[in-house]
Amino acid sequence: MSQSAIKKESSFGVAHIILFLAIAILVIFVAWPVLLILFNAFFVGGKFNSKDFIAVLTEPDTFSALKNSLVIASMTTIGSTIVGTFFAWLVTRTDLPYKKFMKGLFLVPFMLPSFIGALAWKMLLSPNAGYINRLFMRIFETDQPLFNIYSYLGISLVEVMYLFPFVFIQVCGALERMDPTLEESARISGAGLFTITRKITIPLVLPSIMSGALLIMLYSMAHFGTVAVLGIEQGIYNIPTLIYEKIHQSAGSFESIRTGAVLSTVLVVTAAAIIWAQQKILSKGHYQIIGGKSFRPMELKLRGLRYPLLFFCLAYIGFTILLPTAIIFMIGSVDTYGVPLTWANMSLANYKYILTEYDVTKDAILNSLSLGLAAAAITMFAGVMISYVIVKMKVKGKGILEFLGMLPFSVPGSVIALGVILAWSGKFGINLYNTVWIILVAYVARYMAFSLRANTAALEQVHDSLMEASRSCGATMWQSLKDIVIPLVRPGMISAFFLIFLPALRELTVSIMLYAPTTRTIGVAIYTLNEDGETVMSAALAGIALILIVICQSIINRITKKAGE
Amino acid sequence: MENIIRIKGVAKAFGKHTVYDNLNLDIVKGECFTLLGPSGCGKTVLIRLIAGHEVPDAGKIEIDNVVVADSETGTYVAPERRTLGIVFQDYAVWPHMTVYQNIAYPLKMEKRPKDEINQLVMRMIDVVGMNGLDKRLPSELSGGQQQRVALARALVADPAVMLLDEPLSNLDANLREEMRFEIKDLQRKFGITVLYVTHDQEVALAISDRIAIMDKQGKIRQIGTPYEIFEEPADMFVFKFMGIANFLKIREADGKFYVGGGTQEVSLNAPKANVGHEWVVGFRPSDVSVSRTDGTLKGIVRRANFLGATMDYAIDIDGETLRTEIVTHEAISSNLMFKEGEEIFVTFKALHWFDAEQLKEVEE
Amino acid sequence: MSFVRLIDVTRRFGDVTAVNKLNLKIDKGECFSMLGPSGCGKTTTLRMVAGFEDLTDGEVWVGDKLFSSPKKHHYTPPENRNFGMVFQAFAVWPHMSVYENIAFPLRLRKLEKAEIERRTKDALTATNLLDSANDSPADLSGGGKQRVALARALAINPDVMLLDEPLSSLDPHLREEMRFEIKELQNKYGFSIIYVTHDQSEAMALSDRILVMKLGVMQQVDTPLNIYNNPANKFVFSFIGVSNFTDVQWKGDTAHISGSELALPASLVAPNSMKDERTFSLASRPTEINFTSESDPDGVRGFVLRKAFLGEIIDYLIKVGDQEIRVQTGRRDSGPEVEQGCCLKFLRPFWYQMDD
Repeated sequence: MSQSAIKKESSFGVAHIILFLAIAILVIFVAWPVLLILFNAFFVGGKFNSKDFIAVLTEPDTFSALKNSLVIASMTTIGSTIVGTFFAWLVTRTDLPYKKFMKGLFLVPFMLPSFIGALAWKMLLSPNAGYINRLFMRIFETDQPLFNIYSYLGISLVEVMYLFPFVFIQVCGALERMDPTLEESARISGAGLFTITRKITIPLVLPSIMSGALLIMLYSMAHFGTVAVLGIEQGIYNIPTLIYEKIHQSAGSFESIRTGAVLSTVLVVTAAAIIWAQQKILSKGHYQIIGGKSFRPMELKLRGLRYPLLFFCLAYIGFTILLPTAIIFMIGSVDTYGVPLTWANMSLANYKYILTEYDVTKDAILNSLSLGLAAAAITMFAGVMISYVIVKMKVKGKGILEFLGMLPFSVPGSVIALGVILAWSGKFGINLYNTVWIILVAYVARYMAFSLRANTAALEQVHDSLMEASRSCGATMWQSLKDIVIPLVRPGMISAFFLIFLPALRELTVSIMLYAPTTRTIGVAIYTLNEDGETVMSAALAGIALILIVICQSIINRITKKAGE
Repeated sequence: MENIIRIKGVAKAFGKHTVYDNLNLDIVKGECFTLLGPSGCGKTVLIRLIAGHEVPDAGKIEIDNVVVADSETGTYVAPERRTLGIVFQDYAVWPHMTVYQNIAYPLKMEKRPKDEINQLVMRMIDVVGMNGLDKRLPSELSGGQQQRVALARALVADPAVMLLDEPLSNLDANLREEMRFEIKDLQRKFGITVLYVTHDQEVALAISDRIAIMDKQGKIRQIGTPYEIFEEPADMFVFKFMGIANFLKIREADGKFYVGGGTQEVSLNAPKANVGHEWVVGFRPSDVSVSRTDGTLKGIVRRANFLGATMDYAIDIDGETLRTEIVTHEAISSNLMFKEGEEIFVTFKALHWFDAEQLKEVEE
Repeated sequence: MSFVRLIDVTRRFGDVTAVNKLNLKIDKGECFSMLGPSGCGKTTTLRMVAGFEDLTDGEVWVGDKLFSSPKKHHYTPPENRNFGMVFQAFAVWPHMSVYENIAFPLRLRKLEKAEIERRTKDALTATNLLDSANDSPADLSGGGKQRVALARALAINPDVMLLDEPLSSLDPHLREEMRFEIKELQNKYGFSIIYVTHDQSEAMALSDRILVMKLGVMQQVDTPLNIYNNPANKFVFSFIGVSNFTDVQWKGDTAHISGSELALPASLVAPNSMKDERTFSLASRPTEINFTSESDPDGVRGFVLRKAFLGEIIDYLIKVGDQEIRVQTGRRDSGPEVEQGCCLKFLRPFWYQMDD
């Protein structure tokens, strides 16, 4: 640091206003709710109390929820890692036909919210009423269902179907960027393709595989939707569903909040440990494998297996995406759940009804759209400001900002929701509970990290000299921001906007904890309709949601394609 | 002669790393002044201090008789009020603006009338040879063209001084050669003062009126014209930095000077004998002529390397090695194509005598 | 007998012919370079020899073994060709120690343990890496990494060593040092080298013979000195050093530099092969032009546009007619000043057709 008597007076004002605002936003939206949870978990009546903390943890309910979270997350992680790595290898290192198309196809599961997927699988494979199970029982004249989706295995399989792209993307990226000469030099050394895959390729992309796996672990531990849809029937709770159940049943009693806070703390600590492990792997074990001239990497000739494997991939996509989507739309078209799925039984009546007449769903769609837009807009602007401080300003205390901004990555949705309840339900003067505002606050907290990531990346592209050049051309700091920095980060801001709008549109975990009768979001409405036995309405709304998601995704694709050109 | 930039007693440190502890430098109006030094010696920091992107810990900086930074009075003039033109190593042309918009920006900031802006920008575009490219975006230009835009932008508002921070190091060799002459032409045409920072001694020699050589510790070793720096180096560091350099260790005995441990004597420009003093002679390939039959020193060709236009020889003389290059056609026509292991005679045309102590620094 | 033989080797990518009917014979123990600008097909050729790239037509032989021949449906995969190969980006495996990198190819050959250890140690010694045997390659400098790659390629005792721009990722001074090391290793182990580079001085310094390529077509194959003395065409001339190409025209019986009234001196008469050209090129190198006195009958009159002191050399730009000619002299040579008239003497003129 310079100890000169000279101060750069002109930059003082701007820098400090931005810094102050950035800290204020992160503290109010992110740090404060999380601190409240820790406080509530450990302090009873203002005193530190670890005995109660342990007592809550050892209750049979909570203990089994912890165990379930861990079991389901582990199974999901292992399954997704195998599936994701296999498909990634298939589309990057073999001569599978239509590779490019197949690669795009494997990203489709991202678009299907997993709780909607779970809903579909419930309709297909619930032990007594699922269509596949019923068909099976009729054909083989048995009363044993083919498969019970209400089980650890069922839940994990459904999660694998929709989460494996996390590993797929990471591994694909690593394999594509990898310098092909690393493999070629092994080949010229005398290694066959199988040996190369085993000894060179897999070890080199292992960090990427691990990092994708940990991401799935983190997601699955804190995942509400699938377990709520498929587990509750059999009494399978994980941490987020138990928190929801406790608070929901007791309408927010002190005891339930305390249990929630304790469970949340466990979740936060686990998540922090996972993030830490991921960082460690990424920073330490990450090999410099990029570089050199780019040749097409060697391809394993699949020979006779080419078309069987292509068929397998297509069947996998058909089974995990097409079938569930089809069942959602079909159930959404029938009168009552359970009737045979024939053309005669189907109509568009339900869709018309939920779009034009049914208040619950109309409200939900409107709420989700406006919440998504608002959250995306707020986090986009706040994100660019905070990123600017983090990337470009040489001020003390920006390390704290960085930490605060990335904190929500390790704070699961249900924890944020609980924290927001603690902070904004009147105890500190402002009561937003039961209003749509509390959901907005929670969304902002949850998605800030997304915006920071996109904007930080965009700002890092804007080299310091660009701004210094404009200063030396006679532009003040504000003018430089306006003329140079903002136009250059605009693509980052737009991509941040959509990165937030899309997941907000389908959000369930946070909203389910915070909704009131008139503030349901699409996710909440689908979930509660299904809970209330309105299966066909739920399916119809899910169908509408899927259409919305596909439309938004194609807009994003178009924009990012343009920005990439 | 008027000094347009005065740097007095400037000190600057980043954390524990001291860049300068007491830097003094004057740049004369209208000259092309080059600060030349190895990478990491803090050359760029000087540009940033003058431009106002850094503040000195101590000392005073004046531009055109205006104090822009003074640690004693706390004066600091913001970068936008220093009337400088800067060209950066990475060009720093704004990617979202066209060539025209980039060059017009400094004039816009000065709120000049539209007609005048248009006229000046089109003239600058013409001067840097970018006619017809004014509507292009930087992404549609080559590296050399982007650097021309940066030059035009730095010149257009008629700055007091133009600062160039390694502007050619991202260009390929041919373009670098071409651009350095263009920069020199622009400087002459506009009569502008240029402070040029680089680690490339060839560029420095080609364009400068004066050169300052800076060492790794941020100290200036020598200031002078290109000829003075090259022909009369102040010390071994400067000598080594300015081009291919050979050093032979000299043993002094009975007032005579012998190469290495041998008995062959060198006497050209020899200093007064000084018992106990260790000497090293320095010379460049062009200071040496070779022959098959006679010369001052006899050696053996250890390595003969044909490099196309030149022959490169490594010659062993009494345990010491020297390297020299001869133009190939001369080697062929004068029967000087030596093979490895052949005897060779060496004659010096010039020698620089240095204290052997200095060898430690340059051999790092 | 020649060791590596390429017969009519051709490679097409769609409509583009990357390598066109290349015929080469490389001897055992020879250091053979392929030189050319990027996109000239040199790397594609090397990769066809290695077996990473398929041939569209032609044959690759090493010794008495056929390695590739699309006509005979024969293809030996790279792992069975017993080549050593070094890549531009080093391609050392970052998850293995230096020792393991070098031992890996030996383990694949199922050698005895003691043999693997002995050969790995030998390769480490030859490349001065013995002290870093247990390091991770990530801890080594660029030069260190390239030594590991060399040692790895050496350890298997290859018949042929394929080097694909192995030095272009290194600093200039390191490049020179590594060049000598490669040469020394070759002297010691006696393998053939096929070396791909775009750096002419590297090729000149290292090679026994050089192939100059352009757009997939062979331009010249010869020793470095012969290529320097007799460049086969304008492209080869321009590629092996700094060049002047000066337009020359016939005016009746005398040749004139374009835009010049004065005829070229008798000693600079163009060969008969240029007799039918309207305009042709006088090719020269800046270091092979001297200043001479006005009275010299071999002199060509010019005007100094620019003179720059570059230390060892003084760089001139001379205008003759409407042509500009670069001249470089040593710093001790006397020469004219800027904006003065001068007289040039071409020491080694070459004549080429314009579109050559």
